[in-house]
Amino acid sequence: MPAVAERPAPTKTAPPLAPPPTDWRQRLLLPGLAGLLVGAVLLSAGAGAVPIPVPAVLGILLHKMGLTTSLTFELQQEAVLWAIRLPRVCLGVLIGAALGLAGAAMQGLFRNPLADPGLIGVSAGASLAAVATIVLEVTVLAAVREWLGFYVLAVAAFLGACGTTLLVYRLSKESGRAVVGTMLLAGIAVNSLAGALTGLLTYAATDEQLRSITFWGLGSLGGASWPTVLGVLPLLALPILLLPRLGKSLNLLALGEEQAAHLGLPVTRLKRQLIVLATLAVGTSVAVAGTIGFLGLVVPHLVRLVAGPDHRIVLPGAALGGALVLTLADMLARTIVAPAELPIGILTALLGAPVFLWILLREKRQRLA
Amino acid sequence: MFDVQNLRYQIGRKVLLQGVSLQARPGELLAVVGANGAGKSTLLRLLSGDLTPTSGQVQFAGQDLGGIPAPELARRRAVLTQQHTLSLAFRVRELVLMGRYPYFRGQPSTHDHAVVTEALALVGLFELADRSYPTLSGGEQQRAQLARVLAQVWEAKDGFLLLDEPLTGLDLNHQHHTLDVARALVQRGFGVVAVLHDLNLAAQYADQVLLLRQGATVAYGEPAAVLTAATIEHAFDIAVELLVHPSLGCPLIVPCPRPLPATRSWA
Repeated sequence: MPAVAERPAPTKTAPPLAPPPTDWRQRLLLPGLAGLLVGAVLLSAGAGAVPIPVPAVLGILLHKMGLTTSLTFELQQEAVLWAIRLPRVCLGVLIGAALGLAGAAMQGLFRNPLADPGLIGVSAGASLAAVATIVLEVTVLAAVREWLGFYVLAVAAFLGACGTTLLVYRLSKESGRAVVGTMLLAGIAVNSLAGALTGLLTYAATDEQLRSITFWGLGSLGGASWPTVLGVLPLLALPILLLPRLGKSLNLLALGEEQAAHLGLPVTRLKRQLIVLATLAVGTSVAVAGTIGFLGLVVPHLVRLVAGPDHRIVLPGAALGGALVLTLADMLARTIVAPAELPIGILTALLGAPVFLWILLREKRQRLA
Repeated sequence: MFDVQNLRYQIGRKVLLQGVSLQARPGELLAVVGANGAGKSTLLRLLSGDLTPTSGQVQFAGQDLGGIPAPELARRRAVLTQQHTLSLAFRVRELVLMGRYPYFRGQPSTHDHAVVTEALALVGLFELADRSYPTLSGGEQQRAQLARVLAQVWEAKDGFLLLDEPLTGLDLNHQHHTLDVARALVQRGFGVVAVLHDLNLAAQYADQVLLLRQGATVAYGEPAAVLTAATIEHAFDIAVELLVHPSLGCPLIVPCPRPLPATRSWA
């Protein structure tokens, strides 16, 4: 027996046994974002050269579902909405959700709020692979292209994204753990290497190829059609449906990898899942819409700002928020310089960078206070 | 219980631990002591499964440690590491709730919330439950992590706690309070393995003491038998005098004064 006398550990106050009240902001965030998204979709689908008021949009949608309503619309409006606007809005929602989720997942995985898929070279790798596919149109590739059709670019971008993520992850690993500082530095190096190789390919490209390449750099939802949407749907549905289920696991990862493992988390499997799903999301998005910067970085930050760091809310929040932001950004891109169109990547960076700086300054002030 | 036989761990040619055997039983507090670099943390990381032994074996509850499914192990033993960083600004209550994650899918039950509240009260952080973790002081952060670890094995039958230097950075009151909590758990049938630096605290609170030096066992057994002037001088390279604690009767270790070796440039 130890020398010390056994004494009961003192308790301070008798704790209440009721669960703590949840923050109203946590409860309202997801329904609120969902509502805003629906509104943005209706608004965006109606905006453009042929304006379609929201009631008409609703009328057309219900008509397509086989319901007759008293909401009136013209045949031209129906054609424009169905063939042009709706696939584009759907693509924006899917890609926005995927990019928001990928950003939140990467930030959780690397335990660093700066780990945007763009910063660690995923987007650059995807672009490089896509550009290489465009420029190096050798006979083998042409045969593959015939077989895979539209998917060849998506597959190439995905492989490029996977390759760079794996490379950066391997480089930043020290005795089994990814070291965050090394990861960011490795990301910068891989980023500029991929950029240089892309530049080299651009240099060797023909004029026609150059136009296609520029598209990757700036990002646009302009290529949207129903086949595109249906093409990316399975690839984006996986990360959109699976990533939000990893909220609890990502919370534990915030403790550190060893600490998470002590709580029974299969850390290695989780890291693989996160990398595969996030690269799937980013690679596919880059393949159909080019690089759309800052979305994956800023949206999760904004969600955390409102609802706190719990990934069980941040992940679905980032999906809804990403979809909302991209839908609105695309509407702006289409209308702001009409009849021309602003590449959406320019717009997200233009809006995202100041917002991100504002968040940084705000956090700095809070630390000083 | 933990049954460790002839444990050896090396990285390349550097041997960090060799020939260590021990039994950590439920209802006992085992203190692991030794100088810096003696292999205390390595031993604890081998017990927690972070490291795989080069040779020898670690058994928990009669099974090879590596063969126990991680979720099952998580409900029976919890680990408090030296590192207390949290990459996101969770509230204290949310942090402690993570200790309950092995018990629920989806939403935590009322019972889980009750355990969180009780664990927070036990470490004296009830009032800070809704504070953001990064705003806590170092010692408070450590106690919050202790609450998380306690919540993880709260109702386990003969659960185990592995504590790696749980007292570092704590004030006098909370050093003793943490060990009081550990003893209360031991009373309830828990096993506790704690890496400690303060030999007097080990002498006061531990049932068993393992004294390590350069990765090998110097002495292992009851505090009074392990902590002698000879073993301590051998392990720590400092002469000590052993008194008897005036009220508790346990050994009281007092280092002997000694001159600092001459430093030339100070002359």
